[in-house]
Parts: sequence; structure tokens; C-alpha cells
Amino acid sequence: MSPILSLTDVTLVHGDGEETVTALDKVSLEVSPGELVAIVGPSGSGKSSLLAVAGALTTPTSGTVRLADHDLGTSSPRELARIRRDQIGFVFQSGNLVPALTSYDQVRLPLTFGKVSDPRDPAELLAEVGMDHKAKRRPHELSGGERQRVGIARALVTRPHLLLVDEPTAALDRQRSQDIVGLLAREAHEHDVAAVMVTHDHDVLHHCDRVYEMIDGRLNAVATSTD
Amino acid sequence: MFLALRELVFARGRFALMGSVVALIAVLVVLLSGLSVGLVNDGVSGLKKMPVSSFAFQEGVAKDSAFSRSIVTRDAVEKWSEQDGVDEAAPFGNTLVNARSDEGVEIDLALFGVETDSFLAPEAAEGSGLTDAPDGIVISETAAEEGIAIGDVIRLKPSETPLRVVGILDGQHTYGHVDIAYLPLKTWQEVRAGARPGETVPPRTYDEFTAVAVKDKPDAEVDVAAADKAAGTTSFTLEESFGASPGYTAETSTLQLIQGFLYAISALVVGAFFTVLVIQRRQELAVLRAMGASTGYLLRDSLLQSLVLLVVSAGIGVGIGLAGGAALASTPMPFSLEAGPIAVATVLLITLGLVGAAFAVLRVTRVDPLTALGGNR
Repeated sequence: MSPILSLTDVTLVHGDGEETVTALDKVSLEVSPGELVAIVGPSGSGKSSLLAVAGALTTPTSGTVRLADHDLGTSSPRELARIRRDQIGFVFQSGNLVPALTSYDQVRLPLTFGKVSDPRDPAELLAEVGMDHKAKRRPHELSGGERQRVGIARALVTRPHLLLVDEPTAALDRQRSQDIVGLLAREAHEHDVAAVMVTHDHDVLHHCDRVYEMIDGRLNAVATSTD
Repeated sequence: MFLALRELVFARGRFALMGSVVALIAVLVVLLSGLSVGLVNDGVSGLKKMPVSSFAFQEGVAKDSAFSRSIVTRDAVEKWSEQDGVDEAAPFGNTLVNARSDEGVEIDLALFGVETDSFLAPEAAEGSGLTDAPDGIVISETAAEEGIAIGDVIRLKPSETPLRVVGILDGQHTYGHVDIAYLPLKTWQEVRAGARPGETVPPRTYDEFTAVAVKDKPDAEVDVAAADKAAGTTSFTLEESFGASPGYTAETSTLQLIQGFLYAISALVVGAFFTVLVIQRRQELAVLRAMGASTGYLLRDSLLQSLVLLVVSAGIGVGIGLAGGAALASTPMPFSLEAGPIAVATVLLITLGLVGAAFAVLRVTRVDPLTALGGNR
């Protein structure tokens, strides 16, 4: 299958003058629909920068980023917001849910940002991530793993092409981490979503189709673990 | 609205606290509005109800003491009535006096001396208007409420001049916080000269009065400067002449200043509240922006939230203010609730509150969606 996300020779430099930091150094990466790609690496290695570039949150200093038919490097901020809304789903650390909303409303929220052509049914999606029994609870009444499940449902409701996942297991115990990453893999495979996950957690890599390691802004493929 | 309303419900304690501040300000605004309308009525309601376009005073008179200092003569009346666009001009006399009725009611009066056949002659709601009787007076309804009735005799101090109440006007007619009594100009002139009953006064007394009351023809433009020059007067429009009523300018400007401060306080308080709220929601807003919420969406949502907060709390405050005001209106305090000024004050309060909120809410445009990634900074 042809890749939905392709990064070619992407370089991202922070700061100016003498104090510059190269966050991404000629990074190339292709992700196809239905694939879960993991990116591991130490803090400050540029993992978050990769998510920011792939997620249309920042434009790279050089190189090209293509998502479906869009060249993210030449899009205006308004277009980027639209692309994020329609084509990208974000799963953040510890869910990052809106405190005022119930689980059901969290999932409906992205549909209020603007017209979505073919959304998934929020109630059904909530059931799929195993949270239908807590549809009326607010984030402060949920455990870390439950919040993460609601966050995953929220990211998927617009049927995005690309799912970007930022340290989903940072605040979870071993068993919950396995459950959450297993859920992500299943969603990616079943709904043909291209998923990129940044993580510290080497114990969850066996759920992933490909694994890359990021060191000092360079991306290297890692031999896939036994599955 | 999706997010705004749910947040209002979720953080209801916090919003209720803010709302009660706005509501209290609204209560104050309503009470102040009632007080200023009441004071204005007390100060100049008698002037307002006269069928007069302008008053021509003695040349060069200071505006704030025009009614008490000015002296003009019959000449001026003739000159004014000859001017193009002037319908009628008539002599008008104005003095403040203390009096006491034979029933023992102490009362302060503003004596308005008018010619009984001029356009200034009042129409009475009870009894008769001014008659040929030199001692007949027509008093404000508010004076009647103090305990003065038709047929009563009141005596002016210190001259002991007796005057007989022949009619009562419809509604409040006051000037300088004192009830008005209309009386024939000739009698007014004698009172002003300080004559005791039966005493003769110099002939020129009958040629002098306070001002020329001028009524313009409908839609006519009067060349005021030329008329003043011809008649040797300084004229003020009816509204301008309110400033000559004792204490009027000082009272209204003080109340306006307080009201102005309240509007400013409301804008600043609401602005400060939403500033803190936006700063507190920074991480959440970054997440929303990362998820693709446009700046317009977030601005609309926050502004709608502040609008709902302001309208609801101002509504409650105005309600409480009106209830409290109704209680005050039955006391002797000069207080009068009128829909117009209260509506204007409420709209101003809400509008300025929104301006304050808008400044705060503009901060959402500066939230970087990039901060949604990584730890909860």
C-alpha cells in the first residue's frame, strides 16, 4: 500500500544565531495505512519534534512532509488547522482530556470544530474502546488507563488518516500499558489508520509493526522484535 | 456553545462567584440610575414641564446662578417677541421662599411668577388655574402630598404675605428640590421686593422679573445671538438652564462619575477573571488547537461564555435592584425608576464587560498548540 505520511530529509532547527539546536536531522519516514510505527529514544532526542512536524503543528526548516495529498510545508496556518481537524488524530500524554466534559462529550468534541464528512458514531466508538459504562463520567472520575481510552476514542472519531500518539503509557502500570498499546494496534489495523507512537516503554514494542530509534535528531530503523 | 455551556455548568461555583460580583454592580447601577433620575426630577421637573424653548437672562449672568441673580425688564420681552421664529415671549419670575400654612405645615416653595394670561400659566388638575385673584396660587402635587389642600392659606416668611391655594398641578413640579407654587407675576414682584401686605413698592418693581421665557415656533430656527444682542440678554436653552437650578450640576456630575467608575470596574473585573481563566486553561486550549479547533472557534466559544455570564448575572442584579428600588421609591428619598435610563445602564454594563472579556480572551490566539505535546508543562 502506498504511504499516507511521508517525511523526506526533514530537518528542524530551533533557535537562531549561534545558539541553534538541531531537533531533527535529515529524517525520512514513510507510514502506510493500517501500520503502527513506534519511535523510541531518550528524552530530548527529537521524538516530540517528529510528532510536531508530522502533526502539522510546526513546519520544518527544510525537507518535505506530505500527508495524503497535502504538502504541509506550503500550507497556511488556517489550512494546517483544518488538516489537523480532518485528517489527524492526536493521543496525548495522560489523555489531556477537557476537565468539564463527560467521556461521551469528549468524543463528540472534535465534531463541533467544523463539518466532518463521515464521522464515526461517538457512542459506538466509546463502546469499542471499552468505556461505554463510564460515558457520563468526567476525567477526574476516571483512572489513567480509562482516560487514555477516552483520548483514543476522541482521536478516532473524525476517521483520521493519521494517528499520532505521544507517550501513551507514561502514567500507566505494566498491564494497563499493554492494554492501551494493544488497543492502539488493533484500531490501526482494523480501521486502516496510519499510527505513529512515541514512547519510552520498550515492553510495548511487540505490538508495533515497525520500530525506529531516535538519537540526537537522527532516525534509525531497529530490527523488529519477535512477534 | 458546546464547550462554553458545559464549562459554565462544570465550574458553576467559580462562575457564580464572578456572576455575583457583576450582579452586585448591576444592583448599584440600577440604584444609582434611580437616584440620578430622582434627583434630576427633584431639581428641574418643574422647568422640564414648562412649554418653553429657552430663557433669556440678564446679559452676562453666570449660568450656575442665572435664576437667582438675573433681572430683566419688559423691554426685553418685547424685543424677544419681535424676533423671527419666536412664537411667544413672556415674563417669568423665580424665587425660593419659606412658608407655613395656617394648618401649621412648614414648607419651602419655589415661587414661579407668571402673567395669568400668558402661555406660561399652568393648567391645574384639581381646582382652578391662576385667576384674577392676586393671592391665588397653584401648587405642585408633591406639595399637596405634604399636607396642603385647596383653600388653605399659606404665609410667606418673613413678610407674612398670605396666599391662597386655588389649584393643584398634575404630578411632580419641583425646582431645586423644592415644590413649585405658581402665582400671578404682580404678586411675585411684590414678594420679591420684600413688601409686607398693604405696603406700596416703587413703580419699577412691576417692570422687573427674572427672565424672558421664550417659545419658538415649531421647527423654526431663531437667531439667538441677534436676539440676545437686540434685547440685551444672555439666553440659555431649557436644557442649559437646568444647570442654573441649585445643586443640579454638582449632583448629576457626581452620580455620573460614580456610574462611570462602576462601568470601568465591571470591565476590569470581568477582564481580570477571564484573563486568569484563560491562563489556567492554557494546556487545555493548546490541546484543542492541536486537535484542529480554529482560533475563531475558541474566540467565539469564550466570548459566548462571557456573554451568557454577563447577561444572566446583570439580569439578576437588575431584578434585585428594581425590587430594592421599588421599596426606596416609597420613601421621601428622591428616587425614581425609569425604564429608559436603566436599559441604557444595563446595556452599557454588559457591553463594557464584554470588552473586558474580549481583551482577555484574545490571549487564546497566543496559545501555541505545540505545547500540547510532551509533559504537562
